[in-house]
Amino acid sequence: MSVTPPTVSVLLTRGLFSENPVFRLALSLCPAVAVTTAVENGLMLGIAVFFVQVLSSMTASIFKKWINPKIRIPVYTIIIALWVTVMDMLLAAYFPSTYEKVGLYVKLIVAFAIIISRMELFAAKNPVLPSTFDGVGMGLGFLLAMLLAGAFRELLGNGSFFGYPLVHFQPLFLLVLPAGGFFTIGLIMALFNWVDLLRGNTLPKASGGHG
Amino acid sequence: MANSGVGGGPSAGTLHLSYGPHVRSGESTSSIMWQVNLALLPALIWAVGVFGVRPLLITLAAVLGCVAGEQLFCLLQKRRTTLTDGTAVCSGMLLAFTLPPGLSPWMATIGGFLAITLTKGVFGGLGHNIFNVALIGRAMMMASFPVAMTTKWIPPQLGNFFPPDALTTATPLAILKEKGFEAALASFYQGGGEYDYLWRLALGLRPGSIGEVSVLCILLGAAFLLLRGIIKLWIPLSIFAGLGLVSLLSTAPLLHLFSGGVWLGAFFMATDYVTSPSTPKGQIVFGVGIGLLTGLIRLYGGYPEGICYAILLMNIVVPALNDWFRPKRVSTMGVPS
Repeated sequence: MSVTPPTVSVLLTRGLFSENPVFRLALSLCPAVAVTTAVENGLMLGIAVFFVQVLSSMTASIFKKWINPKIRIPVYTIIIALWVTVMDMLLAAYFPSTYEKVGLYVKLIVAFAIIISRMELFAAKNPVLPSTFDGVGMGLGFLLAMLLAGAFRELLGNGSFFGYPLVHFQPLFLLVLPAGGFFTIGLIMALFNWVDLLRGNTLPKASGGHG
Repeated sequence: MANSGVGGGPSAGTLHLSYGPHVRSGESTSSIMWQVNLALLPALIWAVGVFGVRPLLITLAAVLGCVAGEQLFCLLQKRRTTLTDGTAVCSGMLLAFTLPPGLSPWMATIGGFLAITLTKGVFGGLGHNIFNVALIGRAMMMASFPVAMTTKWIPPQLGNFFPPDALTTATPLAILKEKGFEAALASFYQGGGEYDYLWRLALGLRPGSIGEVSVLCILLGAAFLLLRGIIKLWIPLSIFAGLGLVSLLSTAPLLHLFSGGVWLGAFFMATDYVTSPSTPKGQIVFGVGIGLLTGLIRLYGGYPEGICYAILLMNIVVPALNDWFRPKRVSTMGVPS
């Protein structure tokens, strides 16, 4: 069975729109709702996920010959946990103030569905270089999603951007609350689907649930 | 239905077939909704009488927000405008009726716009919303502007159309929750007989939301809708039964029954066709559930008033109630299964 491998440019860019982890694949919605109360928090978690995704995909691809398929999930989890620990310590050391707000979610990256799904679906079957590029693309897509949601919620919810107040009242504080996170993710997801429809594609069929 | 073609129809002997429904009435969605809007006017007029012109501005602002949201979705979906059916205007008025009379009108516009777009628009428009549009608008405004939504109450002054902004007070239910029955009474009423405060509550001489203060004005509108056959009494009566039951546990059962938005909610919001069950049995369960939840939120919950969240919570179970209390088909009646 031979499938033509996607080109490097496809690997690097498909995570941004057509296979955006949050808004198209609907993976890792939980942190997307919880963390994106401000752009800064979203950026922090996005960067952490980016590096963990790239490094985990690369590692899984390097060691794929020695990973017994029967215990691959625990092995993947240990690989992710390794890189999450590294990122956790780095962020705690160099960005302590933001880390205080999102630290809990940085540790939770171990359980993010998007990372393990890329390892299982792509890195386990492809050479090291394409796997790394795939990790870069998906990581960038997640980062973009976090920035979009964070900017929307901070601008409209708090009237500020990156912590700088633009107006001196809270236009719609609801958006900073957890309920606003659900509204935001849903609205941006609808926007992505709408743009996809305008580009002439059909909507993906509803599929089963995932974490 | 068979029609033997009498009086200019198809010639005699022709069997005329048509799909159901066969019994039609002249009422349409838009005629019903405009009658509901008409029924809301007495309460609005009373609000202007006791709170000044600001309630009118808030109502116009909320209606503007709702109409803008409705029109936006008509444009997005490339549909003929649905503004003339009156549902957006009705949602806007009902939303404004749940707001404190001292609120800044721009907040009502944002609330109305969000209510229509997020509750009705994204679900597919009229008839597809799960929740009561006006109450979701209120809930979102409670989350977005918590200070304004809980402090901007104005003491009623009959005939003073421009009351000063700085004059604020609290609602009887809020005071009842914090300081007890005597303090709640003293907030809007001094002296008189033991039960004279009920007249002030019934007439609407007390602080409260724009459309909820006057029980009589709400009843006037509700009576019109009942006579026109637009609403039925099942839901309102069972709400009062449920609330009355829980109120017996409190120190002031009558104050509970006659204050707050329970009259407005029972007659105008819980009876919304889209978000209430369609069979009498289902409506009774729905109403009793709202009444019980309202009482429980008031007595043991964090908010002084619970009708808004009680109706929203019971909205969730409406599809289940419709399913459980589905009327039996005539063709299966009497047939042993």
